[in-house]
Amino acid sequence: MQRTSIKITKEKLDLQECYNFVEDDSCGGIAAFVGTVRNDTQGKEVKQLDFSTYKPMAIKEMQKIADATLEKFDVKKIAIHHAEGMLQIKDIPVIITVSSKHRKAAFLACEFAIDTLKETVPIWKKEYFSDGEVWVNAHP
Amino acid sequence: MKIQTLFFGITTDLVGVASLDLEISEATTIIDFKNYLKQKYPALDKIDSYAVAVNESYAADNLLLKENDVVAIIPPVSGG
Repeated sequence: MQRTSIKITKEKLDLQECYNFVEDDSCGGIAAFVGTVRNDTQGKEVKQLDFSTYKPMAIKEMQKIADATLEKFDVKKIAIHHAEGMLQIKDIPVIITVSSKHRKAAFLACEFAIDTLKETVPIWKKEYFSDGEVWVNAHP
Repeated sequence: MKIQTLFFGITTDLVGVASLDLEISEATTIIDFKNYLKQKYPALDKIDSYAVAVNESYAADNLLLKENDVVAIIPPVSGG
C-alpha cells in the first residue's frame, strides 16, 4: 500500500486529490494544510509569485519529509503536493494532507511536514511588486 | 577534473547563468569549492550563505568532490 504521495506540478493543485489519497477506513480524521498566495509582504502589495524548483532534488526532499512524518507520528498516509511556475493572489502553492486514527497526530504531523518543507526543500519564490521583484529569503 | 555546477534562485541572477561546466583540481572539498566560486563570482558575496548539494543531496563542507559530480548551489529556500 502506497502511504505517501509526492508531486511537483505546473498544473493547478487539487485538494480533492490530496484528500482522496489519504482517506482510509482505519482513520478517524484528516488534517490539511493549504498554502495560499497572500497579497502583501510587510505592507507592500504583491502582484504575483513565481516558484522555481530544483525538481529532482525537491522531490527527493519531499519524499524524505513524508517518510520522516510517517516514522515520527502515528499517522496512516500523507500527501505533499507543491506547485511551480507563476501563481496569482489566492492561488495554492502547497497542499499537505495527513490521515490518522486520532486527530492530534494528524495536526502535529501536518505542521511538522510544512515547517520542514519550508526549511529543506529546494524551492524558491520570487515576489513581483508593481515596481520590481525580489527573491524571498535571499537576504535573511 | 570536470564537474557540473547548477545555480538556483537568486544565485542564477548573481552569476548570470543556470548551469556551468567547471574544471577543478583533484581533492577539492565543498569548502574549497565555495572559496573557488567566491573568487570566480564575487557577486555571490551578496548573499549571506548558501547550501551545496552534490548529486541531489545536501553536502557537508568536508565532502570531497568527484569527477562528473553535479554540484548545486542552493540559496536560502522559500517554498510553501
